[in-house]
Amino acid sequence: MSAPVITAKSLDLTFETNDGPVHALRDVSLDIGKGEFVSFIGPSGCGKTTFLRCIAGLEQPTGGAISVNGMTPDEARKARAYGYVFQAAGLYPWRTIGGNIRLPLEIMGFSRADQTERVNRVLELVDLAGFEKKYPWQLSGGMQQRASIARALAFDADILLMDEPFGALDEIVRDHLNEQLLELWARTEKTIGFVTHSIPEAVYLSTKIVVMSPRPGRITDVIDSPLPRERPLDIRDTPEFIEIAHRVRDGLRAGHLDD
Amino acid sequence: MKGKGLPVLTVVFVIIALWYAAVVPMNVKEVLTQAERAGAEIVPPSAADRRDASRWALILANVDNLGESWAMDRARLPAPHQVVRELWVSTWGEEVNGRRGIVQSGSFSNRSLVYHAGITLSATVLGFAIGSVAGVLLAIGIVYSRVMDRSVMPWAIISQTIPIVALAPMIIVVLYSVGLSGVVAKAVISAYLSFFPVVVGMVKGFRSPEAMQLDLMQTYSASKSQSFWKLRLPASVPYLFASLKIGIAASLVGAIVGELPVQRGGLGARMLGGSYYGQTEQIWAALFVAALMAAALVWLIGWLERRTLTAMGVPQ
Amino acid sequence: MTLVILALVLWAVLWLANVWLVRNSAVAGFASPLIFGVTILIVWELLVKGLEVPNVILPSPSQVAVTFSENLPTLWADFVQTILKGALSGYVIGAVAAVIVAVLLDRFDFLRRGLMPVSNFMAALPIVGTAPILVMWFGFDWQSKAAVVVLMVFFPMLVNTMAGLLDTSAMQRDLMRTYGAKYWQTLLHLRLPAALPFVFNGLKISATLSLVGAIVAEFFGSPTTGLGFRINASLGQLALDMVWAVIVVAALAGSIFYGVLTLLERRLTFWHPSQRQ
Repeated sequence: MSAPVITAKSLDLTFETNDGPVHALRDVSLDIGKGEFVSFIGPSGCGKTTFLRCIAGLEQPTGGAISVNGMTPDEARKARAYGYVFQAAGLYPWRTIGGNIRLPLEIMGFSRADQTERVNRVLELVDLAGFEKKYPWQLSGGMQQRASIARALAFDADILLMDEPFGALDEIVRDHLNEQLLELWARTEKTIGFVTHSIPEAVYLSTKIVVMSPRPGRITDVIDSPLPRERPLDIRDTPEFIEIAHRVRDGLRAGHLDD
Repeated sequence: MKGKGLPVLTVVFVIIALWYAAVVPMNVKEVLTQAERAGAEIVPPSAADRRDASRWALILANVDNLGESWAMDRARLPAPHQVVRELWVSTWGEEVNGRRGIVQSGSFSNRSLVYHAGITLSATVLGFAIGSVAGVLLAIGIVYSRVMDRSVMPWAIISQTIPIVALAPMIIVVLYSVGLSGVVAKAVISAYLSFFPVVVGMVKGFRSPEAMQLDLMQTYSASKSQSFWKLRLPASVPYLFASLKIGIAASLVGAIVGELPVQRGGLGARMLGGSYYGQTEQIWAALFVAALMAAALVWLIGWLERRTLTAMGVPQ
Repeated sequence: MTLVILALVLWAVLWLANVWLVRNSAVAGFASPLIFGVTILIVWELLVKGLEVPNVILPSPSQVAVTFSENLPTLWADFVQTILKGALSGYVIGAVAAVIVAVLLDRFDFLRRGLMPVSNFMAALPIVGTAPILVMWFGFDWQSKAAVVVLMVFFPMLVNTMAGLLDTSAMQRDLMRTYGAKYWQTLLHLRLPAALPFVFNGLKISATLSLVGAIVAEFFGSPTTGLGFRINASLGQLALDMVWAVIVVAALAGSIFYGVLTLLERRLTFWHPSQRQ
C-alpha cells in the first residue's frame, strides 16, 4: 500500500448520555492508502458513520489519534482536503443545481471563470450536463444525489467521504450510480471512504472492506478485495464475489453474537 | 433551554441599570430648571437658551445639579423606583389606607389601580369568552359546510389584514347612544378582536388530522359527529390554546382602546387621563398593571393548556 | 317594511346562488366570497333604509360611498399622515432593527438565552399602551406614532426571524463545516435564505400591527390630521358616514400592504414548499 493518507490509531469515542456512556468507537485502528476505495459496513450503532465523521472533523474523538494528509482532521477540514456526501442530497432549494455546485466554490474563493468551468466539468462527470438552471425539487431523488456528488467533486479534494449516499434510492438507480461511481473513481483517482448497509454494494465498489460491529463500536474484520479494479456489474454473480460476500456476512454475524 | 436563569437575570439587571442611567438625559432640562428655581447656578443661565441645547452638553456642564433627576415630579422618564412607588401607592396604599379604599369603605376606591384593572379585566374576559365561543362555532360551520368555507373563510382571513381596532371608538359611541355602555360595549370590541384569530386558528386545527387518520375513521363507519368529537376536536386542542393566547391579548387591547372615547374608568382611561394632565408616573403605573395583567392572562391560558394536555394524556 | 322583506329574500337567494356555485362551478374560488360580500352590502343597505335606522347610528353603504368620494383630499392627507409617515416608517425601522438584533442574538449565545424569554414576554404585552408615553417624548406628530409602531413590530419580527435562523438541519450545517466555512459565510449562504419564509411570516403579521399601532396611537393625541384623528373628530360631530369612509381607507391600506407582501414573498421564497402548491 502506498503511503497512508488517513491513519487512525486506537481511536475512542464515548458519548455521555442520560442512560450512561455510549461507546460509539472503541480502539479503532486503520490505515487508508492513497487511491483506495474503502467501504465501511455494519449494523446500526457500529460506529461506521461516526468514524467517517471523525475523519471529516465533524466529531471529536475522546481518545487515540487520527490524522488526515498528515494533519489533524480539523486542520484538514479547514484546508478543504475532502468532499463529503450525506445520506440525503441536502441541496439548497433556493439555488439552482449550478448554484448549489457553486456554493463550496464561492465559499472557498474560486474566481468566477474557474467556478463556471468546474461546474460544467463535474456536471459532465455525473451525467447531469444541461441541468444547471433547474431547481432541486424539479429533479428526481437519484438526480439530486448525483448533483450532491458533483458538488463534493467540484473543488478537487483528494478525498471523498460518502455516508450511505444511495440508501434512499431504488435498486435499478442504485446499480447505475454504483457503476458511475466506479468510473468516476477510475478517472479521478481519489481516495474514497464509503459507508453502506448493503453487502453487495460494499463488495462491488471497494478495494478494502471494513466490517464493524456495535456495543462497543469496533472493527471486526478488514478484507482486502482480490477483485480487479475494472468491474462490470455482472461480476456480482462470480464465485470470487460471492466468497467475499460470505466473508463479510460472517464478520457481521460475529458482531451480532453479543445480542 | 438549560441555563436560562443567569442570562435572563443579567439582561433584566442591565435593562434596569440602563433605565436608571437614561433618566438623567431624559429629565435634564426640567431638573436644571427646578434647580435654578431653588437658587443653583446653571450653565447657560436662561431656560430659553437651554431649550435648544444638547442634553449631553447640559449634563456635562452641570454635573453637580443633577441629583434630583431620580425624584422629579412629572418626569419625562420616571425612575424605576418612582414607578414602583406609584404602583404601591395606587394599589395597596389606596385600598388599605385611603378613605375610599376597601378597608375603610368596603368597596374598591375609584382612585386605585385595582379598581381600574378590574374594569378593564371584566370587559376583557367577557368579550374574550363571547369571541372565543363564537369563533369556535363559526370554525365548525366553516369546516363542515363547503359553502361557508368558500364564502366566509376568505373574509375571516382578509379581516386579519385590516386594522379592525379602528372600529372601536365608533362602536363605543354608537352603543352608548342606544344606551349600552360600560362593560357590554367594551366587551363587544374585545369579542370581535378575539373572534377572527380564533376562527382562523380553529379552522386550521379542525383540519389538522392527516388524511390517513380521517380515512381510518371512515373504515369504522364513524358518523360526522363521532369523527368530530373523537378526532377533530382533540386534534385541534394545541391550535385552540395558541389562538386563545392571541385572542386574550387582543381582547385586552380592545378593552383598553374601548375605554378611550368615553372615559368611565379602566386602565386605558387612566393612561389617557395621565397624558392629559402630565401625570407621567400614573401612565407608567397603569401601563405596568396592563402588562402584568396581559402576562397573567396568557400564563393562565398556558396553565389551562398544560392541565388539559395532561388530562388528555399527552406527554409534555 | 317591503325593503326589509326584500333584504331577507335577496339574502336567501344569494346564499342559494352561492350554494349552487360551490357545488357546480370552478369559479367558486373567488366568486363565492365576492357574492357573500356583495350580499352583506345589499342587505345592509336595504335594512338601513327599510328599518329607517338613523344616520347617526348606522349609515347606509351608499351614503358612505358618497361621503368617501366627496372627501378624497382630506382622506388622502390622513392616509399620508398615518399610513405613509407613521406606520410605514415605523414598520421599516422596526423590522430592520429586529433582523439585526436577531443576527446578534444568533451569534452570541449568552445574549440569546437572556433576551429571548424577555422578548417572548414583550411580544404578548399591550404595546399600544406606550402611546401616551411616546407622545410625551416625541410630540404629537407622526414621529411618536412611528415610535409606537417600531415597538409593536420589533418583537414579533425578532421572534420570527430567530425561529427562521434556527430552522436549518444539522446536516445542512455540517455541510458548511466540511467546506471550512466561517460564521458569516454560513449566515449569508445558508441561514439567512433559510430564514426568509419565517421573516415573511413576521412581516405579514407586523403589517397589520403597524396599522393598528399608528391609528390607535392617534387616539392618544395627534395633530389635526390622520386617520385616528379623523375617526375621533367625525365621531364628535356624529358624522358616522365619515367614520366608515375612514375605515374603508384603513381596510384598503391593510389589504394592499398585505397583498404587496404576499407578492414579494412569492418572488423571494418561490422555492419553499408552501409556495409550490
